[in-house]
Amino acid sequence: FTGLKYLFRAMVAFAMRRYSSKETTQISNVLLCNVTDRVSFWFVVADSSKNVTTIPRKNVEAAIRMNRNRINSAFLLNDDTLQFLKISSTLSPPIEPSLPIWLIVFGSVLCLILGGIVFLIVSGIRQRQKKNQASAEAENLEDKHETIVTTENGIPCDTLDFKAGHINGVYAAADDERFTPL
Amino acid sequence: MEQSRPLWDNPLQFVFACISYAVGLGNVWRFPYLCQMYGGGGFLVPYFIMLIVEGMPLLYLELAVGQRMRQGSIGAWRTISPYLSGVGIASVVVSFFLSMYYNVINAWAFWYLFHSFQDPLPWANCPMNRNYTGYMEECEKASSTQYFWYRETLNISPSIEEHGSIQWEQAVCLILAWLVVYLCILRGTESTGKVVYVTASLPYLVLLIYLIRGLTLHGAVNGLVYMFTPKLEQLANPKAWINAATQIFFSLGLGFGSLIAFASYNEPNNNCERHAMIVSLINSATSIFASIVTFSIYGFKATFNYEDCVSKVILLLTNTFDLEEGFLTADNLEAMKNYLTSTYPNEYTELLPQIKNCSLEAELDTAVQGTGLAFIVYSEAIKNMEVSQLYSVLYFFMLLLLGIGSMLGNTTAILTPLTDSKFISTHLPKEAISGIVCFVNCIVGLIFTMEAGNYWFDIFNDYAATLSLLLIVLVETISVCYVYGLRRFEKDLHVMTGHKPSWYWKIMWAFASPVLIVSLFVFYLTDYILTGTLKYQAWDATQGQLVTKDYPSYALAVIGLLVAASTMCIPLAALIIFIMKRLRRESISTVA
Repeated sequence: FTGLKYLFRAMVAFAMRRYSSKETTQISNVLLCNVTDRVSFWFVVADSSKNVTTIPRKNVEAAIRMNRNRINSAFLLNDDTLQFLKISSTLSPPIEPSLPIWLIVFGSVLCLILGGIVFLIVSGIRQRQKKNQASAEAENLEDKHETIVTTENGIPCDTLDFKAGHINGVYAAADDERFTPL
Repeated sequence: MEQSRPLWDNPLQFVFACISYAVGLGNVWRFPYLCQMYGGGGFLVPYFIMLIVEGMPLLYLELAVGQRMRQGSIGAWRTISPYLSGVGIASVVVSFFLSMYYNVINAWAFWYLFHSFQDPLPWANCPMNRNYTGYMEECEKASSTQYFWYRETLNISPSIEEHGSIQWEQAVCLILAWLVVYLCILRGTESTGKVVYVTASLPYLVLLIYLIRGLTLHGAVNGLVYMFTPKLEQLANPKAWINAATQIFFSLGLGFGSLIAFASYNEPNNNCERHAMIVSLINSATSIFASIVTFSIYGFKATFNYEDCVSKVILLLTNTFDLEEGFLTADNLEAMKNYLTSTYPNEYTELLPQIKNCSLEAELDTAVQGTGLAFIVYSEAIKNMEVSQLYSVLYFFMLLLLGIGSMLGNTTAILTPLTDSKFISTHLPKEAISGIVCFVNCIVGLIFTMEAGNYWFDIFNDYAATLSLLLIVLVETISVCYVYGLRRFEKDLHVMTGHKPSWYWKIMWAFASPVLIVSLFVFYLTDYILTGTLKYQAWDATQGQLVTKDYPSYALAVIGLLVAASTMCIPLAALIIFIMKRLRRESISTVA
């Protein structure tokens, strides 16, 4: 723990030197008092030029604020775990990307879906054109082949063919209102 | 030349379509809530009884009707009896209402999915306020996940009266959701049949991943134990039975006409009895599976919050009394609290209001259902997992699959009667009809993207389908049994499946299910009447929590309209057909 106390005093001295750009602050000027088990303490920075005075609080505060990040990193801690009471930590500004990321994902999915829709519609139209052509050709062949679907009382035969001819679906469907009752 | 009806490529597509439709968001966010409220493991007893008594028979009935009549809901009921075409129309109206508001959930799922590709997740931390001095006040009072849902997603207004403007981000997501649905139903069964392979099976894969992840989370066991300890005294509570019946009923999606539409594309000799049992069993099994996952996630979240609370208390005490680091631990906290009370009584009493009593029970007790569970509770749990982006993407992708699977069923229920009608299908191609339906729904759905949109969503969610469906299914069951005739139906089933339905089905159709539905109906009506004015939960941004408010009169009028629009179709259509037949008979008699 004494090693860490020394490191802390060194960091505060460094901060004071950077802040005031004077090379006067020594490690011996930083005094720790009221050290508790909780690893909390009070500290003051004495002024070496004038005896028995301390550097005003505002200056010390400003110095620590300026170098907060370095002090935190020296102890491998962060703003939550190394607290300076009454020095509120400024929150880092949020990183605003130029284009919100969600728009990028949204754009890609949208393009995919639109592409799929266009593809399906176009292939559907082309299929229908081909079928129209095929049926136009088939009409020319109708005199030669009978391509009419056989129907029985208005129902196409293939739907009535249950169980390969064992059951005649016409009789089962006979209860329908479409047919005259037997 | 008669154009044959499009069919499913194989029976598996039909089963997958039904599963994809029935297994929806309700299995994930409603069943775990009910399980928790009504006795944990004990709730499974009324649930399974209702499944056998109500779920399977009614599902079999609808599938058989669709397969026999080979038409959408309007055509099928008109074939049974022209006076019953109102039932089909009511089904289409209810499906229309449902598809209007249901796709908004998919829009929200898309929003969250797109936002899951950031590090850290946007709902993990509170955003900062304007001058960067602290966090947003609303976010401090609520939690970051709640803030993200209510403010950044919905931008919700304090009450339903204040409409606000359309949120363009939500509108754009809604348009995308409708484009996806259009893509899937564009070609009819041809495209739907392929899509349901994905929407039916992938959610199970994600649920499996979540099951393994969930069970290995720290504290998951707490949630599971809490949920599954049966509180058998709840079995005596009639609400448990009623909620079990309601859950089975709505979870299977009966009465919307989707099942009739799906079955109408079947081969005539498809074994719909077996399929009905398979689909209903898989639906219930999925509910239980999803609730295991949900409760392990609950347990993790509750344990995490509890330990967080405890460590905050430890920090507070350690700082106040300048104790050594590690002096207070979670285990000796209670003993040390007593010690501190005795040694420093004054300071301790000063500190007392700040010390929260952390309780794991209290954390677990927060039972949530609906969008709150899916978008707030789950995202809170996800943000604390490692590799949270991956789990977030998987989870919202699963929600999307479930939601789109159900939307396919709903839109098929609307489209099948439209494409069946000769008048419309000769004038417009299939793609145009689907396009128009999607477009109209999308435009109306923009209401739900306004600032007050979530309140309107709740109105539709609670009232658009509940009463009407009960009435529709009741009329369906009675008309098949008594108007069409149970014997005729039996013979049809014999022709289709190859064997007569057993006595069990017949008793359920003729007596048990109608009685059950009537009692549910009566219960709902008395519940509405007894509660007096209807209330809703509004988000208060200043307090950071939900408050209860009364609906204004125009909202009540809309609720009344919603219910009336579908239920009145049944008697109105019967009346109109009756009048038309009368007029025709009179004109024939005058001619003769």
